[in-house]
Amino acid sequence: MLEIKNLHASVDDKEILKGIDLKVNAGEVHAIMGPNGSGKSTLAEVIAGQEEFEVGEGNILLEGEDLEELSPEERAHKGVFLSFQYPVEIPGVSVTNFMKTAINESRKAQGLEDMPANEMLKKIREKSEMLEIDRKFLSRSLNEGFSGGEKKRNEIFQMAMMEPKLAILDETDSGLDIDALRIVANGVNKLRSKDNAIIVITHYQRLLDYIVPDFVHVLYNGKIVKSGTKELALELEEKGYDWLKEEAAV
Amino acid sequence: MDLKEKLVSSFMAFEDGLDLDHPVHEERSNAMKNFETKGFPTKKDEAWKYTSLKGLQKIDFSIFPKHETALEYKDVKKYFLHEIDTYKIVFVDGVYSSYLSETTHDGVDVCLMSSAFSKPMFKQVIEVYFNKAASKDESLTSLNTAFSKEGAYIYIPKNKMPKKPIQILHLATGNEAALMLQPRNLIVAEDNAEVQIIERHQSLTGNEVFTNSVTEIFAGKDAIVDYYKVQNDEPTASLVDNTYISQKDSSVVRVHTFSLGGKLIRNNLNFYQNGERIDSTLKGVTILGDKQHVDHHTLVHHAQPNCESHQDYKGIFGDSSTGVFNGKIIVDKIAQKTDAFQQNNNILLSDKSTINSKPQLEIFADDVKCSHGCTIGQLDDEALFYLRSRGIPKKEAKALMMYAFANNVLESVRIPELKVRINKIIADKLGVRMGFDL
Repeated sequence: MLEIKNLHASVDDKEILKGIDLKVNAGEVHAIMGPNGSGKSTLAEVIAGQEEFEVGEGNILLEGEDLEELSPEERAHKGVFLSFQYPVEIPGVSVTNFMKTAINESRKAQGLEDMPANEMLKKIREKSEMLEIDRKFLSRSLNEGFSGGEKKRNEIFQMAMMEPKLAILDETDSGLDIDALRIVANGVNKLRSKDNAIIVITHYQRLLDYIVPDFVHVLYNGKIVKSGTKELALELEEKGYDWLKEEAAV
Repeated sequence: MDLKEKLVSSFMAFEDGLDLDHPVHEERSNAMKNFETKGFPTKKDEAWKYTSLKGLQKIDFSIFPKHETALEYKDVKKYFLHEIDTYKIVFVDGVYSSYLSETTHDGVDVCLMSSAFSKPMFKQVIEVYFNKAASKDESLTSLNTAFSKEGAYIYIPKNKMPKKPIQILHLATGNEAALMLQPRNLIVAEDNAEVQIIERHQSLTGNEVFTNSVTEIFAGKDAIVDYYKVQNDEPTASLVDNTYISQKDSSVVRVHTFSLGGKLIRNNLNFYQNGERIDSTLKGVTILGDKQHVDHHTLVHHAQPNCESHQDYKGIFGDSSTGVFNGKIIVDKIAQKTDAFQQNNNILLSDKSTINSKPQLEIFADDVKCSHGCTIGQLDDEALFYLRSRGIPKKEAKALMMYAFANNVLESVRIPELKVRINKIIADKLGVRMGFDL
């Protein structure tokens, strides 16, 4: 599904990603953990096509296709989805209208007609029920005045609507109370299939109790310094990152 | 001969055929004297620092259209809000077109200033209201008063409301190489009356048009007036709009100004609150490109206690367009408990576009709430990335953000079909097709 080879990325001449290698197969869930400032969000945004970052060496391949020359919207059309750590407020555009526009633009890019209105409504109903989202919420302006938890739930609602091949969840657990976390995690689990892949970026083991990863990677100082299975996350929870920092320094 | 000389020397010819004994005529003569003394404002005048009329004065404008032109409705239909039934007062090159209009005297008067000036039945209203709110000092207003002869006359008696909204449409055919128009409108909503008005100026060709318009609006006690100005003209059409609004107790007057096209647009929007518990709303959306120029000069004069005013102007400036917002609020000493709000937000899309924004607050009362805010920025890159990451292409994402930016002005438009129309004009301007109406 996704193959990242020796990826370097910098912003304002400051190198943040210093050679990342990562392979994610269809049907897999990968967790990326690591201390603050290690480059986790940068990696997520670079995959999604944020133009603020200068990509130097290396490649990002989605189903074998190099994404380098593709704009963020083109990557979305190919099935890349980023659940933002800090979703942006867009006053004046309702959640529903935003989703209609997003879905129909993706369909247009694939040469399809607009999704019929009744089908769209049905889908919105289904997915909002799955995430226990109040219908009233959908007519509100996108993220405006949403609580932290509502914003994250709305991100996963968008993921459910867009049905991406590759979803990157950037600290989706931050700002969620335990009930909201369960609802969001259940939603994500329902969206898991053998045809898609999910990358979960998190600081905490807590989320991984619900969304159980196949692999766990630790990102430190712009590099993946350790990879393992879900047991690695437990070890990190217990021991922190310092022992890995020391290992990396050697 | 420059434009001022031409106008001054034309005044005598204009007087031919007018009733010189009519009380209004003295107002015209006095106004002419004021214009003759002051002339066109220049950049030395503080209020005209950023807007120059120099270029326009070099153009040889026809002051009186030479002949009447008949237009087919189908050719100009698109400039009407034709989706709903309305009264229409239509002028073609400044001359009333009875064919395109639909006036009424059924309980309310929706007709012409020329009738109001000449017919005895309107004499009293003219005496009470004409030129009572308009400035006698400002030179362009005086110029309009001097040549005041034609325009829209709307009189809504106490407790009445016209059956439908009223459209005032000024069309310029381009039969003259360059045409100057000076419509004069009088709108009176007596106590507890209600009216909705849409005004539009439209040039049909690329010939130069210069409109110097004056509108006086009087709102009686508890009256509600909604006034929409649609300014989406050709890049060779210039407009100076002078609007004077006088409000009595508990009246509500809302003016929305959509400045979406034209060469030079200057809006002088003046509210005078002559009563208590008055609500005045001034909202504007400006979206310009090329070398277009818009100057919004607003004045809200709080002269009595317990009144409110709300100003919200959004501007988006692309290419080498330029904008001005000057919002003056005066709160008299007796106008305690005034609640005055002013907001002006701008987005500059290019390095060459500029906006000059200036709040001007003169507050003499001590127990008031006055707030103002002004922002100048660019489209937020983070938000743009967010939208694009959901598959919305850059151009559409930018347009969506601009819609969102202008939305709280659009959402207070009370005629749904007008809102749809404005949305469409904006979408066309941005070159996008939105799958929904905001």
